[in-house]
Amino acid sequence: MQTTGAKATSFRRKDLLGLAELSREEIQAILDTAVSFKEISTRSIKKVPTLRGKTVITLFYEPSTRTRTSFEIAAKRLSADTVNLAIAASSAVKGETLIDTAKNLEAMRPDIIIIRHSFSGAPHLLAQRLHCSVVNAGDGLHEHPTQGLLDLLTVWEAKGRLHDLKVAIVGDIAHSRVARSNIHGFRTMGSQVIVAGPQTMLPPYLPDLGVEVSYSLPEAVRGADVIMMLRLQLERQGQMFFPTLREYSRFFGLNQGHLALARPEALVMHPGPLNRGVEIAPEVADGLQSVILQQVTNGVAVRMAVLYLLSGGEQSGAAA
Amino acid sequence: MELLLKGGLVLDPSQDLEERRDLLIIDGRLAALVAPGTLPPEGRQVVDLTGLLVCPGLIDMHTHLREPGQEYKETIATGSQAAAAGGFTAVACMPNTLPVNDSATVTRYILEKAAQAQGVRVYPVAAISQGSEGAILAEYGDQKEAGAVALSDDGKPVANSQLMRRALEYARTFDLPVISHSEDLSLTSNGVMHEGLVSLQLGLKGIPAAAEEVAVFRDIELARLTGARLHIAHVSTAGSVQIIRRAKSQGIKVTAETAPHYFSLTHEAVRGFNTNAKMSPPLRTEADVAAIKAGLADGTLDCIATDHAPHSVLEKEVEFDRAANGVIGLETALGLSLALVQEGILTLAQLITKLSANPARILGVPGGTLQVGAPADITVIDLQRPWIVDVQQFKSKSRNSPFHGRNLTGRAAMTLVDGKILYRDNENFSR
Ligand SMILES: [Zn+2]
Repeated sequence: MQTTGAKATSFRRKDLLGLAELSREEIQAILDTAVSFKEISTRSIKKVPTLRGKTVITLFYEPSTRTRTSFEIAAKRLSADTVNLAIAASSAVKGETLIDTAKNLEAMRPDIIIIRHSFSGAPHLLAQRLHCSVVNAGDGLHEHPTQGLLDLLTVWEAKGRLHDLKVAIVGDIAHSRVARSNIHGFRTMGSQVIVAGPQTMLPPYLPDLGVEVSYSLPEAVRGADVIMMLRLQLERQGQMFFPTLREYSRFFGLNQGHLALARPEALVMHPGPLNRGVEIAPEVADGLQSVILQQVTNGVAVRMAVLYLLSGGEQSGAAA
Repeated sequence: MELLLKGGLVLDPSQDLEERRDLLIIDGRLAALVAPGTLPPEGRQVVDLTGLLVCPGLIDMHTHLREPGQEYKETIATGSQAAAAGGFTAVACMPNTLPVNDSATVTRYILEKAAQAQGVRVYPVAAISQGSEGAILAEYGDQKEAGAVALSDDGKPVANSQLMRRALEYARTFDLPVISHSEDLSLTSNGVMHEGLVSLQLGLKGIPAAAEEVAVFRDIELARLTGARLHIAHVSTAGSVQIIRRAKSQGIKVTAETAPHYFSLTHEAVRGFNTNAKMSPPLRTEADVAAIKAGLADGTLDCIATDHAPHSVLEKEVEFDRAANGVIGLETALGLSLALVQEGILTLAQLITKLSANPARILGVPGGTLQVGAPADITVIDLQRPWIVDVQQFKSKSRNSPFHGRNLTGRAAMTLVDGKILYRDNENFSR
């Protein structure tokens, strides 16, 4: 892997809300920091005192055990105190407003609030009003920046670069915050992105984001360095997006045959959880080219880096 | 009591007049319109309007006053004050109150409250269907007798085409115009802003321009079928302008309005998840703005109406998806519209016509003229006055304007209804 010499200090923000607004240098700084944190997770005592005395709150309005757990492990490995709040969407409708909830939490003086919400822009609403840092752990259809960052880290580790790659993202782009963050991330780092799926799942104006659009999975993966399959939300069946799972998997499910069209060392990625046999064949998910579990491992490292950098990156010695 | 307004430049497109004149008002009516200095001041209250423009009172044919039912957002009294401060002498108020104005009782209640407020004229618009639920016709005959001037299910577009046909036919029976909020809700689905690059980037569900255009086309074909008077509310897309232009050229009885936000802002205003830029129909693109301006210039769009839609922080300081649709507009409409004159898109006479005579004609209400004998509903405008929009200064109860902080030139200096001064700007009349 190339080292860029980018310093952690080139990321100085109060909040991490999306990848759209980050520069190449900022993204690189987060990835560099994540690499240095990865080693901690391989120790027998997986803990450093870097964020001792800091309080991190996870505020999840949408259930997501894996993302929340990943953030929590990241915070704990840096010795931060963590509090997890899960708020059922149904109670949020009747109960206090998002702003009231957040202001109450802030009154307890947390350093970072990590929020997952089913509405786009909810983290931005908090970030505008709170003094503490806000991390977007996924907002509506908008962005999931730490997912985008862990995907970038995974590709960087495997390919040694993030520029001049062909990245195919396949599936329900319209409803995917993972796709949006990855489009911004890979474009900013200098790679080419092609998205594919049925037109019902490809919103208009995608070319204006600088991506190529295809309605054919084989066409999209031809010559690709990275194939990223999106999770199909099964409840979309019968909502006019596609007729049946059977037909969807026939035309947009990745199988072994497709891999022959891609570059020989092409990576297969998936943000999880998998619908085996729908968007991805089991033998591909478990195959040699799959980096799906590395993505999960890198999730912790990237989130450690984000929490560390948002805290000001003060105890610089600990990161090394 | 006689009131002499002297020294102003009188602009009255209804009589092709643009000259300095003095106006004499006796018992709330225009008694004389004469060369400056002709009438002696003795025994009369005199107001010097030198340097100011004197026009027929502005009429906003699309206002939401929120009373009855949501008085925390606006009342007939506060809405009336906001209207007067914005230069309006009359407003037509939409029926989506609580309860919906689908009966003469509600219309009479509104008129009674308006009389108590002693403000601008208030013209109730009655619901097309009972409860605006889109199923059963409301009582148009009763409503007309009670004082309703038009019919609309604004905010709750009529989905059933057969009901729309019957509504147009039944409305024609009582010579009432139907004001259509034209929107195909199945295409809007759960969209919250214009479908375009910005919605894609923000991850907000989009409302395609076609959601409006499909419905505008349907309503126009039904107007052709029934011969009824159709008025299309808040036109926001280039396609709608084109459809209306074609319909007018074919002689269909259709008129249309747009709102200042549709020629002053684009969907870019939503960036940052700004809920004050959320309304229905949504802000569109640069190309749509250009088409709206062209539609105003060539007469395809007859009126500028505010779609003043007050909401409190309870509805606006929330997640974008949850935020209510609507922006207030009574106190910014004139300033924003004058920009069209400054840009050379409309003449001043054309603009004033779209803000007074045209809405009066469509609604069949008095106004839009300074003819001797007409009620003295007058708007005095300071065309040169630079000002900065400050929502804290608004008379409206609500603050949901996307124009806060905007620099504008020109605003109402004085507003008179029935010869009574309802509003005067102290900057102009400090003497
Ligand atoms: Zn409407």
